[in-house]
Amino acid sequence: MRTAAPLDVIRVRRDFPIFDRAIRGKPLVYLDNANSTQKPRAVLDAERRFYETGYANIHRGVYLLSQEATEAYDRARARIAGFLGAKNPAEIVFVRGTTEGINLVASSWGRANLGPGDEVVISEMEHHSGIVPWQLACAATGAVLKVIPITDAGELDLDRAASLIGPRTKIVSLIHVSNALGTINPVAEVIALAKRHGVPVLLDGAQAISHGPIDVEALGCDFYAFSGHKLFGPTGVGVLWGRAALLEAMPPYQGGGNMIHTVTFEKTTYAPLPFKFEAGTVNIAGALGLHAAIDYVEGLSWDAIAAHERALLSRALDRLGAIPGVVFQGSPAHRAPVMSFTVDGIHPHDVGTVLDAEGIAIRAGHHCVQPLMARLGVPATIRASLSFYNTADDVEALASGVRKAIEVFRG
Amino acid sequence: MNELRDLYQEVILDHSKRPRNFRKPETVTSEAHGRNPLCGDTLTVFVDVENGTIKDIAWEGHGCAISTASASMMTESLKGKTLAEGNNLFEWFHRLLTAPPDLGAPAGPLGKLAVFSGVREFPVRVKCATLAWHTLKAALERDARPVSTE
Repeated sequence: MRTAAPLDVIRVRRDFPIFDRAIRGKPLVYLDNANSTQKPRAVLDAERRFYETGYANIHRGVYLLSQEATEAYDRARARIAGFLGAKNPAEIVFVRGTTEGINLVASSWGRANLGPGDEVVISEMEHHSGIVPWQLACAATGAVLKVIPITDAGELDLDRAASLIGPRTKIVSLIHVSNALGTINPVAEVIALAKRHGVPVLLDGAQAISHGPIDVEALGCDFYAFSGHKLFGPTGVGVLWGRAALLEAMPPYQGGGNMIHTVTFEKTTYAPLPFKFEAGTVNIAGALGLHAAIDYVEGLSWDAIAAHERALLSRALDRLGAIPGVVFQGSPAHRAPVMSFTVDGIHPHDVGTVLDAEGIAIRAGHHCVQPLMARLGVPATIRASLSFYNTADDVEALASGVRKAIEVFRG
Repeated sequence: MNELRDLYQEVILDHSKRPRNFRKPETVTSEAHGRNPLCGDTLTVFVDVENGTIKDIAWEGHGCAISTASASMMTESLKGKTLAEGNNLFEWFHRLLTAPPDLGAPAGPLGKLAVFSGVREFPVRVKCATLAWHTLKAALERDARPVSTE
């Protein structure tokens, strides 16, 4: 077995223009990667090149520029299909992001398949975008939301999952990796539970997508959603992958141009997949930027990325854990490089401001997981989330920033 | 680091650790609840107004150092003031927080409240500093709806 060469972080950081920026006179320490990731020059160049030399709308023009744009957009779709291990590019639907992907399924699949008394199973650690779309679908159809609880360690309670997923379950919608705790959920086990009842599983891949390869066929899920901006790509573009048989049976999510076959005032027929779900002018430049982002990440090595992130996470847990008063929220055995913590007696926003003054970007707040915060019994936490371009120095800066906050407020 | 010292001045740290008028008064002519859902800060402001004068003002709740100190110092500044004076102070306070940082802080009649000028360097914290004031305004307008700074 060949071990990948370690990641050359110094070289990798040169690909990200943002790291030339000083924040309040200090080098940027960017530890808010679970919120959004920075962009390599390759992504910026791809978007700029398209707008400067290749821009036209797709699928409409008889002219060369439009044809080229259409081909580039189709290539992006095929590239993403390959990236996700999908069999068929027509199963890749471009959306605005994970949120829209989940809303599409909850609204379209939900309207067609849910009825009074049916159950939708989610987890206690869902992002609001994995809760609210299903609440809307339940309100519209009379279905009921069931929530798999978590353990004190911040892990899914699989025993409860086994009893909650039952004959009334119609779909399971689960966050692959928790944005607040970093927990990597045992999706294979949950998918096996769902398959026992023959129901589809949607995975929210917003956090999982940037930390390792995803193969939807190997996972055995039925829908997978992620956002481009969390994968070093542009904002406003994301992907919903769904099994063709399911997508074909679903009604359109939005109506408009591009998604139709023929329109008359009496009856409209819809375009085949994936266009049925891509009404209006899509984010063409975003799709091209996402294509470039995937090329960039896969040009590094997932093994090297994982090894680097694991080392950083373990250093961060170690350094922060050594500071008296720091309390971690959750201690999942399998975790992405994401950690939430509080500091005794100091509000997370005040810690965040002290860190900001040091040029350190973290997130302080409820992280769009209010039910999870209620379960943990805290109104807010400080969350640090790492990516492959972070360094050991970044982690040391975070730890000394937290110590500084303690000095300011307890000194 | 100077920006940080300007923000978390001694007097602010002192009020955040030992908030004044942290109680519910015996006589309350109006009260309002305010919260910042983004950070979970939540507080209730109680006032006892007699003949257009704020006879007593107090508060309860929890939040970050800035919102706690601001609520504490607001109640100290307003006790005994007329409603018109209170409104005027709020206007000056708001001006102080939103003035561009490179200009001098417009202190006007603010007195001790001028210590909040450091918030200007951290615009996302302005709503922490104004939560108590917006809540007071709602109480005085006898608006029963909860106040949200989001």
